[in-house]
Amino acid sequence: MTEDVTDESTGRIARVRDLLEGQNTLGNSTKFWYGFLVVVGVVFVYPLFTNPYILKVNTNYFIWILLALSLAVVWGYTGIFNFGQTAFFGVGGYTFGIVGITLIDVTGGTNVAIVAAVVVAAIASALLGYFMFYGEISGLYVAILTLAVALTGNLILTRTTNTTIGAAELGGNNGITGIPSLTLGAGPMSFKLGITVQYYLVAALLVATYLGLRILLNSYYGYVLLAIREDEDRTRMFGYDVRNLKLISFSLTASLAGFAGALYAAWGNFIDPSIMGLTLASLPIIWVTVGGRDTLIGPIVAAYALQSMSTKLSTVGSGYTNIFLGAVFVLVVLFFPDGLIPAIVNWWEDRKQGAAESDSRRSAEVDA
Amino acid sequence: MAVVEELFRFLVLMLSFFGTLALAGIGLAIIFGIMGIINFAHGEFIMIGAYSTSMAYQFGLPLIAAIGVGGLATGVFGLVVERLLIRHMYDRLIDTLVATWGLSLILTQVVRIQFGGSFAGVPVPFGTFQYGGFSASMYKIVLGFAAIALFALAYVILMYTDYGLQARAAMQNKDMARSLGVQTDRVYMLTFFFGSVLSGVAGGLFAPLTVLTPSMGSDYIVKAFVTVIVGGANVIVGTSGAALSLGFIQTPASQIFGTLGGRVALLVTTILIIRILPEGISGVVTRD
Repeated sequence: MTEDVTDESTGRIARVRDLLEGQNTLGNSTKFWYGFLVVVGVVFVYPLFTNPYILKVNTNYFIWILLALSLAVVWGYTGIFNFGQTAFFGVGGYTFGIVGITLIDVTGGTNVAIVAAVVVAAIASALLGYFMFYGEISGLYVAILTLAVALTGNLILTRTTNTTIGAAELGGNNGITGIPSLTLGAGPMSFKLGITVQYYLVAALLVATYLGLRILLNSYYGYVLLAIREDEDRTRMFGYDVRNLKLISFSLTASLAGFAGALYAAWGNFIDPSIMGLTLASLPIIWVTVGGRDTLIGPIVAAYALQSMSTKLSTVGSGYTNIFLGAVFVLVVLFFPDGLIPAIVNWWEDRKQGAAESDSRRSAEVDA
Repeated sequence: MAVVEELFRFLVLMLSFFGTLALAGIGLAIIFGIMGIINFAHGEFIMIGAYSTSMAYQFGLPLIAAIGVGGLATGVFGLVVERLLIRHMYDRLIDTLVATWGLSLILTQVVRIQFGGSFAGVPVPFGTFQYGGFSASMYKIVLGFAAIALFALAYVILMYTDYGLQARAAMQNKDMARSLGVQTDRVYMLTFFFGSVLSGVAGGLFAPLTVLTPSMGSDYIVKAFVTVIVGGANVIVGTSGAALSLGFIQTPASQIFGTLGGRVALLVTTILIIRILPEGISGVVTRD
């Protein structure tokens, strides 16, 4: 009787793992999942042992990680060089700010603003993506065009002094202030989230996004995305509508970036044009490159590590952060073009394999 | 009379927009066209050109010589970057792009720490000229002609020198060129130097018209990007044609909607054009 129960539960776990695992993502061993549970556990127990300031900062890192994941999928897995992902992050943030400030008295909460942010980012990216992917321009053009879009967005936003949309004052270089914090619930039942609850919410969203993207990338659709990255022409010959699939991947990840942007605006109650500037546009590229662009776990680790190092550095001496980031960036591209996390994993596996080989050699010698 | 005056105003404005776009794009276009890589630190190369021009000018050189110094200094810097960084990544296009982006972050910040938030400017030479009720800075017209002169120079170098012949060979078919004895690595090194010199000269020419700040590069990089996208891989015809047609769009747009409107029009035009001409103007020129 008890055996049946365990069989059924292991069967269920096996089925879930089957969805989550595959050669497209790193971390398919039972050990990895134990480690994953430990990390998630630490993340959720952490608030008991620390102060609100640290929680607030960590919430911000989690939001950056969402942005990093969105870039990893579109760049690392689909092979689309979207170097202006912050444009959609910013569009999401600004939309959340405008809709949130304008409608908070009517709707009571920020649900509508969140949805609006995602929808506007999706529409904006679909428009741009249509021209890029149906025009079938080369990859390098996509890279510089998406960045040009972000930088022009930055330029437009800096010139919005004395401009109001709805009840929100765009404020030019000063940005929008007084953006409402996240709320839970609907309509008049909504309540504003404190720092700790916001931390839990964003952390839960991050875990859900990570697992969701793993399912996506290990699904049939994920394999097609990888096929596009590896050989676009051959994928087209197999009968896939590459243009359409690229547009979907581009738009889907831009929507995720827009969602993260909305969280960011709600997190700081503030957003300004620098969000679409050159320095910020480089950050997700750095995280994804350093972490390893064809993994999900790499960008997560790199975004968290590099952002917390940047925060520490900026307290030591402002101005050195960008030099540090730029140097890490250049060195990793020169010496570890696939990223640090895959390099570490490969080294570890080689070592294990090497040990196993020498073991077997030794036993062979003994046999002889 | 008023029509002639309007037409004249339009042409002068367009010449200056053409000059700015062409100068911003030419260095990037040479490197992209021949080596197939995008230098993301291009804006910072322009910044270095402008800074070193200003330094030479403060030192007492006449402006034209100072611009030469700016071009040369940027060229030497480009050479160092090519030897240390770019040459390790000839076959990894996207890595070059990413690495030069990292370089751009470092350069901006190092210049900010070294020279502060802004740098001594260069006064605008040549004064203004008057035509009817319309006056404009003479220098903006000079900028347009300077761009034409640089295109002519690039044309002569690419068409009539040994380097130019080898560069065109490497551009058309790298492996074939190598097997015929062209040292493509040397060609690429010279190309990067050449493109950097042009970027530096462009920076020097921009120096009188702009405030010199460490982040001034990002002002020009969008212009350079749209020019190269619309122009495509053909260095001379593509880039000059792109600067001309984008300048033609930017002129009325900026007159009706202001400077910002003109900049946005550049981007929107580019996005619309790629749907029809994915290879830019080069695709039209080289179609067979």
